[in-house]
Amino acid sequence: MSKKITTPLTDDVVEQLHAGDKVTITGTIYVGRDAAHKRLVAALDAGEVLPFDPRGQIIYYMGPAPAKPGQPIGSAGPTTSYRMDPYAPRLMEAGLKGMIGKGNRSLPVRQAMQKYKAVYFGAIGGAGALIARCVKAAEVIAYEDLGAEALRRLEVEDFPVIVINDIYGGDAYEEGKARYRQAEGP
Amino acid sequence: MREITVQEITDTVARLCMEANTILPEDVLASLRAAREAEPSPVGREVLDQILENADIARQEQMPLCQDTGLTVVFLEVGQDVHIVGGSLVEAINEGVRRGYTEGYLRKSVVDYPFSRRINTRDNTPAVIHTDIVPGDRLKITVVPKGGGSENMSFLGMLTPALGRQGVIDFVVNAVDEAGANPCPPIIVGVGVGGTIDQTTLLAKKALLRKVGEPHPDAEVAALEAEILERVNRLGIGPQGFGGRTTALAVHVETYPCHIASLPVVVNIQCHSARHKEAVL
Repeated sequence: MSKKITTPLTDDVVEQLHAGDKVTITGTIYVGRDAAHKRLVAALDAGEVLPFDPRGQIIYYMGPAPAKPGQPIGSAGPTTSYRMDPYAPRLMEAGLKGMIGKGNRSLPVRQAMQKYKAVYFGAIGGAGALIARCVKAAEVIAYEDLGAEALRRLEVEDFPVIVINDIYGGDAYEEGKARYRQAEGP
Repeated sequence: MREITVQEITDTVARLCMEANTILPEDVLASLRAAREAEPSPVGREVLDQILENADIARQEQMPLCQDTGLTVVFLEVGQDVHIVGGSLVEAINEGVRRGYTEGYLRKSVVDYPFSRRINTRDNTPAVIHTDIVPGDRLKITVVPKGGGSENMSFLGMLTPALGRQGVIDFVVNAVDEAGANPCPPIIVGVGVGGTIDQTTLLAKKALLRKVGEPHPDAEVAALEAEILERVNRLGIGPQGFGGRTTALAVHVETYPCHIASLPVVVNIQCHSARHKEAVL
């Protein structure tokens, strides 16, 4: 029942995604969280070239556990996304097409998603051991001094996510909550 | 007087860090399985299935349940007839954390200079240590790896006494509603009521250590817990916030007498990966 998509994302693909859709992602994705976002946006503001070309790409908000010998990565589930809200619109402006995380986004981020045609996917928080199975390769590409927060490139295969915010203003959290919210009892 | 060496303490803390992060306690698993059966939302059931599958993988492969292996909170119950020998108790605990997080391939998630440079300490130290002196000659150590996502969804309210029981209920329900999908529901809601604010906060955290769903021994507090849980699960947030009836697995309230002018309430949320591990030396 899941839609299969591969990276990089094009407008055609993004236009077909709607809040609540189950999606599996295959291909190259980039990993960055708080400290890496601060540096990426500082680099954009300074007019520098980023460690990767964000056009058409997906950033996964995640800081992995260390890989054991012979494994590409340790546990690798999403972190809470709102902390990246101050930076996300700037990256979408630079061509970013997707974000993977968990939790609600701010209004400016949701508006930027409509403006720049980008989507926000939710992965299952706290399922890091399960998600690690989708990661076939991982490498640090910049900001190594940040440890778990370094910028990484991953190769993923059938990474299961749900579209939370689409380019049409849809919000899977709002819709899900409205469906199951019950009025107060007598 | 009974002697316990710092070496024993370090070895125990190292083991507890690794076990806590890879083995979900049986009471948490039982509660998740029960929620899986009761959850009406199809996507909610799928999420709960994946959480349970994740716990199986983590246990079998000794892999962290969650990449956020937390800031290490350590609760000590030190028997007043215990004599700790061979060095510093605090250093022994931090050495255990250092070893556990390194040997266990656990993520180092602690930064120093929090408001400025935020430099990673590289070994997950220092732990946050809470010590109670109790009767007896044993040392109980509880290791709680506390994730940042759920900890960030903490709420403090200095209510007026006039707001009373209903005020407490509304405060906690609003806190959970505001937290939404962020703290990785289904959650455990720890609530401290009373005391001074340092104590209220500690009560809320300690409330997370109780066996999931075990009611408070005081019937009045237990009734409050049941009422808050019922209201929280009407919010519709559901597993991972995708909609459903399992927003919280449990609400645990702990209380303490307070000043005539005050009604302090603290909410401390634990994610579904409700990790903790104890040992008694």
